[in-house]
Amino acid sequence: MSQQIMPAIEGWFTIGEEPALVGQRCTKCGTIVFPPVATFCTNPSCSSREFSSVPLSRTGTVWSCTDAHYQPPPPFIPTTDPFEPFAIAAVELEAERLVVLGQVATGFGPGDLKVGSSVELVLEPLEVRDDTQYVVWKWRPTSEASGS
Amino acid sequence: MSNDVAVLGVGMHPWGKWGRSFVEYGVIAAQAALADAGVEWNDVEFIVGGETVRNGYGGYVAGSTFARALGWNGSRVATCYAACASGSAAIEAARTRILAGLCDVALVVGADTTPKGFLAPNIGERWDDPDWLRFRLVGATNPTYFGLYARRRMDLYGSTTADFAAVKVKNALHGLHNDNARYRKQVTLEEVEASAVVADPLRLLDICATSDGAAAVVLTSMRFARQRALDPVRIRAVSTVTPRFPNTALDMPDIATDSAVAVSPPAMSFRASIAHAAYEEAGIGPEELSLAEVYDLSTALELDWYEDIGLCEAGGAEQLLRDGATSMGGKVPVNPSGGLACFGEAVPAQAIAQVCEVTWQLRGAAGPRQVEGARVGITVNQGLFGHGSAVLLSK
Repeated sequence: MSQQIMPAIEGWFTIGEEPALVGQRCTKCGTIVFPPVATFCTNPSCSSREFSSVPLSRTGTVWSCTDAHYQPPPPFIPTTDPFEPFAIAAVELEAERLVVLGQVATGFGPGDLKVGSSVELVLEPLEVRDDTQYVVWKWRPTSEASGS
Repeated sequence: MSNDVAVLGVGMHPWGKWGRSFVEYGVIAAQAALADAGVEWNDVEFIVGGETVRNGYGGYVAGSTFARALGWNGSRVATCYAACASGSAAIEAARTRILAGLCDVALVVGADTTPKGFLAPNIGERWDDPDWLRFRLVGATNPTYFGLYARRRMDLYGSTTADFAAVKVKNALHGLHNDNARYRKQVTLEEVEASAVVADPLRLLDICATSDGAAAVVLTSMRFARQRALDPVRIRAVSTVTPRFPNTALDMPDIATDSAVAVSPPAMSFRASIAHAAYEEAGIGPEELSLAEVYDLSTALELDWYEDIGLCEAGGAEQLLRDGATSMGGKVPVNPSGGLACFGEAVPAQAIAQVCEVTWQLRGAAGPRQVEGARVGITVNQGLFGHGSAVLLSK
């Protein structure tokens, strides 16, 4: 197993023991932006172009969730053949006061989540290419949420 | 000084999956609207096309594509793209040129030929395109977002999948005799609930299809209409608002919302601000509505719209639906045309088709689906990437 692990998209999240999404924080007004691709502050009353890079909260609460029963068209990369439905959650990060979409960790469905359920960020493989495993962030229900 | 413009003519090419060129549909709709208005194509001073992004260069320059197909007449031209809101953006371009006194007669046309299945992003590796990235990184299709909104309604307000199915049953009944609709068939609750789940909790019959189709309107100054001794339906307001920062509701095709950490969210959500801006501009309130055409991309989304156009408070939509208030014969019938449930979506044509329906209703010319005594109607929708769309019309 000499596979190298890389993020599926550069700069959006860290990998390692405690992976986290990476946002931009405006150095003038404090607005946080994710994905971290802003050139200008998104606050209409702020004209700053200066950002610092900040890890976002690794836990959040479900804003809503759903699933995909049909295989999405490209550029979606199927990870199973035949296709198996997967769940998707929009998750509210309390400290940053924003909502981030992501798949729900493998093995969990929309029935495991409700608006307000607690989840944490994990990484799972998206594809393997040239001996490199590319990973993407997903939301996993935390123990306090299960059975609620 | 009135800010009204006249809707002198409306016309459509029936929705379906015809597999022909969008230009053909557009010209047929345009000719129908011109005939309805009693205006010659040569008298049109401004033509605006709703852009279609899935039909090559001719679709990108839809305004001139239609002008050429109708025969070059020297008119001014524009093409508008605002995703699902393209049609009302095109109407607004025509309306403002008329109100500025720069022309008296304008033609607005939207037409589309759609592919099968999910609407997918453009091809190629597009790492800076949020519409591409949501498919790549999350596998989020359009129904994903509809499913998220629907599930949120259930958890916050106690909506049931039976409520969602009831919207489909209602709209199917409304569109039963609409010759321009693609689906003209009664649907039962059982049929909705037996259809395949697409994006939990929504099933195939909860989600609108994509269709071919075209719609056109002839707009004129009130002076032009009165010279012809006509008393036309009038556009009283058009809303093409964008969201206010921070927009904290997840909108298609975004992967994340704005952050409210530095600035508090506005009092009104983006979706509610769309109709609100039209009401403000016209000085007409939701209590004066006789009917509404709302964008039911999904059955659950129609319920969201009831609240966002001011028919009831948040969480009150299910009761309105169950009481029959939004059915034909109710207080404010919603989607008397049958809505997207019966049409499927033809993106650049759809917002114009909504205006065609409200115009027929206000003329009292909607035949078997006529809303009795209709005097005021509104259309609403929302286009990808922050495009509000509402048109308020009255007799």
